[in-house]
Amino acid sequence: MDFFHVIVVLLESTIRVSVPLIFAALAGLFTERAGIFDIGLEGKMLGAAFAAGAVAAITQSVWLGLLAGVLISVCLSLVHGYASITQRGNQIVSGVAINFIVAGSTVILGEAWFRQGGRTPALAEGARFQTITFPFADTIREIPFIGPIYADLLSGHFILTYLAFAMVPISWWILYRTRFGLRLRAVGENPGAVDTAGISVIWMRYRAVICCGILCGFAGAYLSLAMTAGFVKGMTAGKGYIALAALIFAKWRPFNIMLACLLFGFLDAFAIRLQGNPLPLIGQVPVQLMQALPYILTVILLAGFIGKAIPPKAGGVPYVKER
Amino acid sequence: MSNPYAKLPGWVEYGLIPLVNLAVAFLVAGLVVLLVGENPFEAAYHLINGAFGRGEYIGFTLYYATTFIFTGLAVAVAFHAGLFNIGGEGQAYVGGIGVALACLWLDQTMPWFVVFPLAIIGSALFGAAWAFLPGWLQAKRGSHIVITTIMFNFIASSLMVYLLTRVLKPLGSMSPQTRTFAEGGQLPKLDWLLSIFGLEIGTAPFNVSFLLALVAAFGVWLLIWRTKLGYEMRTMGHSPSAARYAGMSESRITVVTMMISGALAGMMALNPIMGEQGRMQLDFVQGAGFVGIAVALMGRSHPAGIIPAAVLFGVLYQGGAEISFEMPSISRDMIVIIQGLVILFAGALENMFRPAITRLFSTSSRRAAVVAQTKGA
Repeated sequence: MDFFHVIVVLLESTIRVSVPLIFAALAGLFTERAGIFDIGLEGKMLGAAFAAGAVAAITQSVWLGLLAGVLISVCLSLVHGYASITQRGNQIVSGVAINFIVAGSTVILGEAWFRQGGRTPALAEGARFQTITFPFADTIREIPFIGPIYADLLSGHFILTYLAFAMVPISWWILYRTRFGLRLRAVGENPGAVDTAGISVIWMRYRAVICCGILCGFAGAYLSLAMTAGFVKGMTAGKGYIALAALIFAKWRPFNIMLACLLFGFLDAFAIRLQGNPLPLIGQVPVQLMQALPYILTVILLAGFIGKAIPPKAGGVPYVKER
Repeated sequence: MSNPYAKLPGWVEYGLIPLVNLAVAFLVAGLVVLLVGENPFEAAYHLINGAFGRGEYIGFTLYYATTFIFTGLAVAVAFHAGLFNIGGEGQAYVGGIGVALACLWLDQTMPWFVVFPLAIIGSALFGAAWAFLPGWLQAKRGSHIVITTIMFNFIASSLMVYLLTRVLKPLGSMSPQTRTFAEGGQLPKLDWLLSIFGLEIGTAPFNVSFLLALVAAFGVWLLIWRTKLGYEMRTMGHSPSAARYAGMSESRITVVTMMISGALAGMMALNPIMGEQGRMQLDFVQGAGFVGIAVALMGRSHPAGIIPAAVLFGVLYQGGAEISFEMPSISRDMIVIIQGLVILFAGALENMFRPAITRLFSTSSRRAAVVAQTKGA
């Protein structure tokens, strides 16, 4: 029973750390499927986390905070869109730029406005998300096996957590079962064909970028309004890149993204849990190896040793109408 | 559709447009300073004064510039072959192993001018090795170089934490760093160079690796514009299909270019490890690999542009320290913003002002043509 308990705790923290990854990776899914590479996920997430934390601290309203986070993230997405769609600039350069601008300005502005060493003030009860407890969670907990699964794994998460997991089938439905989704994917594979059909490639790609902004906004708001009570400088700590790795690892497919994020989240939770304890059979595993594992796995996948990751065909190429 | 824009005179292409982009980046940075509630002109004064006010400050400025010349060249070499090496950070970090090994091995028995060449070879080898795999994966397995180099940055960071906390740390020490090197593992300062101009170096760690950086810049110019390999790299960068038709081996060029790029990034490690700290510490690269992207974009991937761009970022780093001292609400993170803005305006949005400037020049040159005609008649 003790082993079972450990597993439940581990899975619970896996879910907790996977949520921002799922949001961000789905965000990347929308832009990359539309043919725009986005390594600015990290920056957008960080910007959203800061805006959400700052606005929630000032207004004492968690919803205004969430709104601010989404708004800032969409604005940053539009900058990326303007540079890579309208100006036909290099999409990777633009993503790098956004990451830097956000990393610097969140600290400078946070320090200027709140004077707490780049943090936003700690959020009170009403200004952050509360966990939702399912009905009868406490009574059912006593039932062996099913009880802890219901009470600790399914119940007791934030509303954004449930939203993240709901977004997986929703994204799938949008991308594979709606006209918008079909066109979005077509724009990423063969923009010329979409243009011939009389649909604006530019406008299609802008909409994809906005979708990305909204989802990154949720990811950031989750970090500063749910996972911790307030913004801490550099709090994304490479999660945007892990999400990017998950997106590739999942070969740009929604359900695979969820699994990849859960896997990477599990490795993260496991590494924290393991800290200093030897594994059975294998012995002592350095924490650093566990931390690097998502990246190593992604490289191995990219090398084509675990299936083949084929990116959207028109990814990274700005669209120029023939004249 | 290779170039949608009209050809402009050289000084406009390589002088005016980068300057306009840079000016816009600084203008936006000034707005951020205003938003924080400080005076941007005062900040600019402290920036210039902090970077050039004294011989010591100039020494620090050039010390930072040395680092950025290496990383800027690394990014530029890859750019010429159409590759985006975003992994300079990781390659420089791993390059540090080569420097540290050479120093730890010989510093107590040999003078610096024996250790230095070995450290150069070591740093270049380790940097190149770290860039080899992404290059090879791109060439042979088609995995996107940007993604693999990003992943390798993170893997390098984990690897170095492991090495510095478990392997390279001296016994009984708590801090994650190698032991401090003896005399032989420390580079002499370039105080004589500054004293020619009547400047005192003070405590600034401006050292001989600066000269190595200049040699490397010249070497890159030779490589790109005066060798067969450089010609092949540029051909591939302009048109991979042309390179293929001409019988050049794409995979060979990709791998070799990435290894040269990684070697240059790795050599950056000489400056902080042997030139300043005298030991290898955690996170000694401090984002210099990413600054290299901004430097290469600003310098238009030409060594003659990269050196001034690197000095500019040296000014930002050294002067930025002075600003944060004089105006506490503007911390050194301001540099990160400026860096991002430079990358945005000089890189992703480089063509934003081009149509307007082109229009300006096409009308003025037409007028000049008309004037010449009337004179002739």
